[in-house]
Amino acid sequence: MDKVTLTINGLKITVDKGMTVLEAALRNGIYIPHLCYHPDLKPVGVCRLCMVEIEGQGLTISCQAPVEQGLMVKTENPEIDKVRRVAVELLIVNYHADCLTCAQNNQNELQRIAAHIGITKERLERLRPPTKTVSVDTSNPFFDRDPNQCVLCGICVRTCEEIQGVSSIDFAFRGYNTTISTFGNKPIAESRCESCGECVVRCPVGALTPKKFQQPSREVKTICPYCGCGCGIYLGVRGNNIVSVRGDVDNPVNKGNLCVKGRFGYDFINHPERLSAPLIKRNGEFVEANWEEALELVTRKLSNYKGDGFATIASAKCTNEENYLIQKFTRAVVGTNNIDHCARLCHAPTVAGLAQSFGSGAMTNSINEVSDAACILAIGTNTTVAHPIIGLQIKKAVQNGAKLIVANPRKIDLCRFTNIFLQHRPGTDVALLMGMMRVIVDEGLLDETFIEKRCENFEDFKDLLSSFNLDFAEQITGVSREKIIKAARLYATCKPATILYAMGITQHTHGTDNVLATSNLALLTGNIGKPSTGVNPLRGQNNVQGACDMGALPNVYPGYQKVNDPMIKSKFENAWGCRLNDSPGLTHIEIFDAIHQGKIKALYLVGENPILSEANAKHVEEAINRLEFLVVQDIFLSETARLADVILPAVTFAEKDGTFTNTERRVQLIRKTIEPIGEAKPDWWITCQIAKRLGGKGFDFLHPKDIMEEIASLTPSYKGISYERLENGGLQWPCVTGEHPGTPILHTQAFATKSGKGKFIPLGYKPSAEVPDDKYPLILTTERSLYQFHTATMTRRVEGLNILRSHEMVEINSKDAAALGIGDGERVRVISRRGVVEAFAKVTDVSPLGVVSMSFHFSESPTNVLTNSALDPVAKIPETKVCAVRIEKLEGEEDRSADYTQR
Amino acid sequence: MEERLKAILLSYEGKTDELIPILQQVQTEFGYLPEEVMLEVAKFIRVPESRVYAVASFYAQFQFTPMGRKRVMVCRGIACHIRGASRILDEVGRILGIKEGETTPDLEYTLETVACIGCCALSPCMMINKKVYAKLAQAKIRKTFSK
Ligand code: SF4
Ligand code: SF4
Ligand code: FES
Ligand code: FES
Repeated sequence: MDKVTLTINGLKITVDKGMTVLEAALRNGIYIPHLCYHPDLKPVGVCRLCMVEIEGQGLTISCQAPVEQGLMVKTENPEIDKVRRVAVELLIVNYHADCLTCAQNNQNELQRIAAHIGITKERLERLRPPTKTVSVDTSNPFFDRDPNQCVLCGICVRTCEEIQGVSSIDFAFRGYNTTISTFGNKPIAESRCESCGECVVRCPVGALTPKKFQQPSREVKTICPYCGCGCGIYLGVRGNNIVSVRGDVDNPVNKGNLCVKGRFGYDFINHPERLSAPLIKRNGEFVEANWEEALELVTRKLSNYKGDGFATIASAKCTNEENYLIQKFTRAVVGTNNIDHCARLCHAPTVAGLAQSFGSGAMTNSINEVSDAACILAIGTNTTVAHPIIGLQIKKAVQNGAKLIVANPRKIDLCRFTNIFLQHRPGTDVALLMGMMRVIVDEGLLDETFIEKRCENFEDFKDLLSSFNLDFAEQITGVSREKIIKAARLYATCKPATILYAMGITQHTHGTDNVLATSNLALLTGNIGKPSTGVNPLRGQNNVQGACDMGALPNVYPGYQKVNDPMIKSKFENAWGCRLNDSPGLTHIEIFDAIHQGKIKALYLVGENPILSEANAKHVEEAINRLEFLVVQDIFLSETARLADVILPAVTFAEKDGTFTNTERRVQLIRKTIEPIGEAKPDWWITCQIAKRLGGKGFDFLHPKDIMEEIASLTPSYKGISYERLENGGLQWPCVTGEHPGTPILHTQAFATKSGKGKFIPLGYKPSAEVPDDKYPLILTTERSLYQFHTATMTRRVEGLNILRSHEMVEINSKDAAALGIGDGERVRVISRRGVVEAFAKVTDVSPLGVVSMSFHFSESPTNVLTNSALDPVAKIPETKVCAVRIEKLEGEEDRSADYTQR
Repeated sequence: MEERLKAILLSYEGKTDELIPILQQVQTEFGYLPEEVMLEVAKFIRVPESRVYAVASFYAQFQFTPMGRKRVMVCRGIACHIRGASRILDEVGRILGIKEGETTPDLEYTLETVACIGCCALSPCMMINKKVYAKLAQAKIRKTFSK
């Protein structure tokens, strides 16, 4: 970076070119009053407080003046003082100061400025007090807006637009009446505000303040426990309570930004409903027990089920260390490979598909590269809802001029920013992507050198493609050929181009094919192995990547090393000092089928709630009732835990040390912040206890860092990872030696396949397992709410999140609704071949004609009772994204149409 | 409402800088800017609805509530002020049963104030649509509205 030297108040300073004079001064400890400047935002120069004198230029607004070689700057002189004084006094006149109770974290900029300029008491008293008082907007559950304390710096407006891409607020009216306002000057809760709180943390005064605020007595750096983004946070503590959260600006994932759950969703940790002692079911009732009793019972029972009559469901919410131990226990102590976890229900096709084409089933590139892409194809991902921080990256890319193609059956929020919106029918992704590839090949937009040098199997693929025409694609997907052509050209010519996808791609009976279609597309255009390109599966849970990496899967040990490979098997036998079973175990749904059939009799279920999360949930519940013994390890009494014989109380992420691996393969430390609640214990401790009592060796760990040492010794991609290194920030695997810096971009030189080449896979179009008919004329697809997470075990214990979204809503197109006589907010019944669920209708054209959608967050409306458990033959993922339903209106039921703040 | 808006949008391309002309046409067509219409306009030119509101609220020419067929503009300029403009405003408001900025439920009258209508010699005065009513007194006001 070029440097320039300038002089401020006689002091010579050298700074990077491209900075402003204000930034140069602040960076060097020279204070210049400023109110509308914020380091994260473009300067607008409206408050005029940052006025300085630059030789030859006179009085200048320093937040907009670029540094130049040899500039002579003075930050104070009588003239500057006068300008500032007038500006500040004008602000103070209209400002209802309340310094002692200001919740702006002792950082009220106006106070600081007044102190700097020296506004005297006499002068203040001569200024008349504000003449108008406007009511405070308290509609948002997490923060208040007090216009009386607003200095109209516009930082919130710019934050909401530039950073959040939401623009729920703007300057309205003019002159003396100017105010920051939502559309129609309504309460903020009725606007499109996403309650991210980004504006609240940036407001320099007391106008935007969090509702619940307590100054923490200490803060601990850790990682957000919700989604796979893996944002860095600081948890604030008082006593043994979490009282605050703030984004970690040094974390490369979120750079301090957080979504509503990450910033405000922490009430669950100290929630009174936390399980605080082991529970044993006696005569159908749970009774509290001590650990000794509970562990004794668990081990006595489990000792009867060694081998394949036992299965484990691990948890994508637990740490790597814990998942490692859970699979080690299952394999080494019980002697079975029947272990799986919820990744089966979300990204099994990613692991299976990308392993075939690239040799490694994970995001090929990093989150912070997205904003530099020239083209983004976001297919089957409602990114702003399910991966909000990656959503910010997409919006930033668009601001930087990137072309955005969204392919989704639903008109999601990202469509506000698209160049092309491909609204294809649910389950027709292969046809759509193959159509695009046909165009790319026909028009010669493919990257021949890349294909020649780095790929294989292209000819086979091309042969198949030639039998594939655009009429077919158009007819199957419902997207016009013009749009398919335009999208293909855009993706193939605007480089670097990146593909982002999520469960819209994977949760199908042809999920693996869908994934392969994306990898074919990337190979075809050479958009892989370079910055801001790639195929990027966005993974759902905080540690679902890690749970897969750790081998909480039925066919692989940690690091995707196959259980039926004799070399690998003997490596683990030596390390663990036992004999191992080389037949791959059963997958998630298969486990429940085997329980049904009486083949599996005992289940160890850690931090999972399959009764709500599994397709065809009734089947799962019936299965669980047939078990002879069920141990559940969880933080709350979940719907599934109620059916257990023994419940072992585990701790949350805030009460233990460990690591999570986020969706971009970044292994990051989580740190113990408070003492465990009640008698709850870390999952790693519990698993070790059970394993040891069942005669397992190698479970004498004192701290998770020792577990990581063992992981690193057995897992090539984690070999260079240690707690010591992680203290200085996360590492992206593969990280193969103690010095290796980690790998932000995969496949830069060679692919991870045997041949080192990227493999084209010929594909055909397969329809979904269940298609609409006369009896079930609508397609039901599933989605997420920004305000709830997964089966909502955690989020439903955060009061404010439930104010924003408290019940299931079936989104239905206005024409379909009219045909069925259903009004917005009315109660309806949704019926599939497998079950019936009641919920409230939300009439919205986000849903296309013939398609309805529901989340699965609410136990009162268990959507997965409806969904189809038909499986993808390769990845064994159930088809939760498409099933056929019909909808009936429930007469005389409660009507929620007035809940306009629900979203 | 939808049809009338569609007809207006027909002559635009959906560019950001078309906002003000569109709003002006909407104002003429509907007499004010209905909320649903502003939301549609926002979608059409692809700007956030908060921006549409920001622009619309900045200019005095736009109204957010329907206007009455007759706009009553009571002058509040210096001369009228000295001669009791505020009593005039109160009286008109009392008769119509509305406050400044409001419209009667039958959409007959909207009550507004203006700075100076240029008839200071005849103050206090008001305008109803284009007609000036000068040298007002309570009786004269009552008579004006009793017709
Ligand atoms: S609310 Fe805060 S950030 Fe927004 S304009 Fe007012 S003072 Fe600035
Ligand atoms: S909380 Fe977030 S979405 Fe809401 S106004 Fe502030 S920045 Fe915008
Ligand atoms: S900080 Fe420069 S004008 Fe406000
Ligand atoms: S002040 Fe009323 S007409 Fe001039």
